Amino acid sequence: MADFQARIYVTLRSSVLDPAGVAVCSGLHQLGYDGVESVRIGKYIEVELTAADQGEAKTQLDQMCDRLLANPVIENYCFEITELATA
Amino acid sequence: MTNFGVLVFPGSNCDRDIAYVTRDLLGQPTRLIWHQETDLGDVDVVIVPGGFSYGDYLRCGAIARFSPIMQAVLDHAAQGKWVLGVCNGFQILTEVGLLPGALTRNRDLHFICDRTPLKVENPQSPWTSTYNQTVITLPIAHGEGRYYADADTIKSLEDHDQILFRYCDLDGLVDETHNPNGSLGNIAGITNRQGNVLGMMPHPERAADAILGSVDGLGVFQGLLN
Repeated sequence: MADFQARIYVTLRSSVLDPAGVAVCSGLHQLGYDGVESVRIGKYIEVELTAADQGEAKTQLDQMCDRLLANPVIENYCFEITELATA
Repeated sequence: MTNFGVLVFPGSNCDRDIAYVTRDLLGQPTRLIWHQETDLGDVDVVIVPGGFSYGDYLRCGAIARFSPIMQAVLDHAAQGKWVLGVCNGFQILTEVGLLPGALTRNRDLHFICDRTPLKVENPQSPWTSTYNQTVITLPIAHGEGRYYADADTIKSLEDHDQILFRYCDLDGLVDETHNPNGSLGNIAGITNRQGNVLGMMPHPERAADAILGSVDGLGVFQGLLN
């Protein structure tokens, strides 16, 4: 068994309106960043888990994202996995 | 008599309001069911109330859907029995997959606490069968009530008469000007294909006692009485 850290990014599907992102975009324009074309706000989640190997960790994380961490109706997700050095 | 069961999650806050309607106003047997229970017993109608279950952490309704009682609710719905989700309850029913689509952040970001006219779209449904009028007015109170589904799902909802309520003006005109939260198609409430599961963002229980100024919400419950 090994310890892993996953960095999970959950983002709204492009077809879903993101009013918070629109509001932040206009805030950046107020600050003078006229070059900002758009802002989309998502979620960043860190999960530490123990699994047999990286493949097993990936399988579990895919299930976690599909079942709870993301709503596939409105969101996409991706993640990176790093094996943590054992103490 | 019709047996009502009102689910209670940590953070539910409309559970007693609903029990007041079904027990005190309509005189029906009603019990509150803690989310850790696994058995609905002889309940005919399950009501998933509004509130902020589990603090709305992650997404509204996302964690509540894994509560132990929800498996019994899925079985109940699969048998064709009644399930009503109001506000946060609607969000939970979409998260658990009993209803299609999702409720996302309001178009204008504000939490909206107001009364809004609703067009009763399908008077054949038991949920709406007691309404003679085509426009009713109900309170809404939500920050994430913008109904979203992909175009195919919206078309399917329309083709199968699953849209029961749409936001409109006092004359029943459905347009973008009278769409408080940006819901696609002004959708405020939908059923599943079979019609036994209803989810709606407006609060019928808050417009059921005449002393509060309106009884427009009472019909949603009355249509289910034996």
